[in-house]
Amino acid sequence: MLICENLSLRVNDFHIAAETLALPPDVYAVLGPSGAGKSTLLSAIAGFLKPASGRILWNNMDITHLSPAQRPVGILFQDNNLFPHLTIHRNLALALTHKARITSDQDRAIGQALDRVGLTDLAQRKPADLSGGQQSRAALARVLLQNRPILALDEPFSALGPALKSEMLELVRVIAQDNGTLVLMVTHDPNDAKQIASQSILVADHVIHAPQRTHTMFEHPPEALARYLGRVTPS
Amino acid sequence: MTAADWAALRFTVMQAALSAALSCVFAIPLARALARRRFRGRDIIVTVLGAPFILPVIVAVMGLLAVFGNNGLVNKVLSFLGLPLISIYGLTGVLIAHMFFNIPLVARMVLQGWGAIPAERLRLAETLGLRGWARFRVLEWPMLQSIVPSACGIVFVICLSSFAVALTLGGGPKATTIELAIYQAFRFDFDLGKAAMLALVQFGLAGLAAIVTVSMSAKDPFARGLDRHLTTFKFGLGAAFFDGVILILISAFLGMPIFLVVAQGVWGIPDLPVSVWWAAVRSVIVATASTVLCLGLALALARRWGEIIGSAGIAVSPLVLGAGLFLMIRPFANPFDMALVVTIILNALLSLPFVLRILRPHAESIRVDYLRLAQAMNLNSAAWVRWVLIPRLRQPIGFAAGLAAALSMGDLGVIVLFGTSDHATLPLKLYQLMGAYRMEDASAVAVVLLLLSLAVFWICDLWGKRHADL
Repeated sequence: MLICENLSLRVNDFHIAAETLALPPDVYAVLGPSGAGKSTLLSAIAGFLKPASGRILWNNMDITHLSPAQRPVGILFQDNNLFPHLTIHRNLALALTHKARITSDQDRAIGQALDRVGLTDLAQRKPADLSGGQQSRAALARVLLQNRPILALDEPFSALGPALKSEMLELVRVIAQDNGTLVLMVTHDPNDAKQIASQSILVADHVIHAPQRTHTMFEHPPEALARYLGRVTPS
Repeated sequence: MTAADWAALRFTVMQAALSAALSCVFAIPLARALARRRFRGRDIIVTVLGAPFILPVIVAVMGLLAVFGNNGLVNKVLSFLGLPLISIYGLTGVLIAHMFFNIPLVARMVLQGWGAIPAERLRLAETLGLRGWARFRVLEWPMLQSIVPSACGIVFVICLSSFAVALTLGGGPKATTIELAIYQAFRFDFDLGKAAMLALVQFGLAGLAAIVTVSMSAKDPFARGLDRHLTTFKFGLGAAFFDGVILILISAFLGMPIFLVVAQGVWGIPDLPVSVWWAAVRSVIVATASTVLCLGLALALARRWGEIIGSAGIAVSPLVLGAGLFLMIRPFANPFDMALVVTIILNALLSLPFVLRILRPHAESIRVDYLRLAQAMNLNSAAWVRWVLIPRLRQPIGFAAGLAAALSMGDLGVIVLFGTSDHATLPLKLYQLMGAYRMEDASAVAVVLLLLSLAVFWICDLWGKRHADL
């Protein structure tokens, strides 16, 4: 269970506070208008941003002051998820070892991760030689290898077309289900949330709201969401 | 300070000021001609303007002697015409050599200034049909105001620390720089107290000048313009003639010395004594080691505070650093045995400001783009340097390494202070041959040194460009 207690975040002049979040493993969409602070929340959970106040707990362990690498979080950013000068194979290997030599066990693990995302034959290519969808898959294989119980997605698929994005989300859903991973997915597209997130966290007006069932949220949108979706709330 | 010390101080400041002024006087019309003319060979001239940076000073001095020396080209013509001869030794020679190195430097800076004039302003001047002085006031003058003071200041600071030029062309009571005086106090009088005192004067002088220069370099008033040239402008015949004369004169001034060095020296190479080739081997080793050391320091310092620390080397002269190291080593070992090690260290420190200037912007953008990913992937600093920083910096590292290697290869500074003939580097060997008036051997060594300097630069630069498929 991931718990955010009295979390308050500050980036320069921007600040945002969270209601108490208690998140058992599941797929969560983090929804809201752009600039509302969705990525800020993910940065704090992944360890790139120190909270102004409050605590973050994972399975009753305080992780507020751990570095990104020490946290149980694997993260995919909007871009730069792979080193462009290294082959896919080396990119994945770096998740396991800093040495040039790769053991046969590590090599097998890399092969399995690539199989899982359907990139078996492309290990020796560099990212630039792959399509956008293939790059996303390779990045996903990288976080799979890191094998963290929390997967934070900061709109990594936003540059993909609708069909490819939907395919990637489905892949994420299957993997999360198989591994029991807690997924936090930033998105500004309601359809992404509806497709794979059973719960949604609304971020708006300087507040990170406690999660609600996605289905319920879109049936009876809170005022901030309704404004964002462009519907007039019945008053 | 003795009267001679005061004279050295006066001469140092005077020659540096004159060198700066003269370099700007010739560089500004050269840059203007290159900015507004398009002709075959223009790109070659612009590229060659970067070459003096990797050209060993002593090779240039050999070339200038071939043109302006007692038996040089100019004096042959003058004597044929029955006119009085010129002497390159003393202030004249020091100024000629400093102009040889600094006209290209200033011209490149001013040319960049031309490139940075906003397109809107060019269009405005064109729309208004500005001509002559009006155009100068609107376009060139504001640009010059922002570039020339700091360019002038940089040349002044460089010339304050002039050693190799003063050593070979200056000297005597009338043309001794403080750097040269430090050397003389060391080598001839072995008066360490006096050398230390002069080192302090030099340090204060160069430090002061560096601070003034930094504060003088106004914030760039120009937004970055798009790449474009001025050929749409109409220039009169007079301007074309003037540009042509300037281009030919300055190209000859810069090109002729090198041409003559090569022409005179290349045939003597097969007859060079073995000791020259050993000196060449030593030089290659020194250049390689100091380049590796310099790059190591630069990679560690490639951030803003690091560049400030690393740039201290620009104000501190090699002779001052060398004098300090000499005093530090003396209690433990014979400094003369450590000549090559000291040269390696000092050459690395001297190249550091330039290498940092090249690497820092690239290193910073790599950090912006990939540090988060590296953190997310738990790369430690060794893994970061090995798998991300060096591979992604490869091209600028190659270029910077080329500069550092060429600078070290041609350096005639500290080695003169420490070096004996047992461990002479190639520039020192060349200097010794010149001192012994063995000019044929000296010319041949100059060619070897020139080729080696160009080769190390070329090899490093090529290494950086290969596989730089980022």
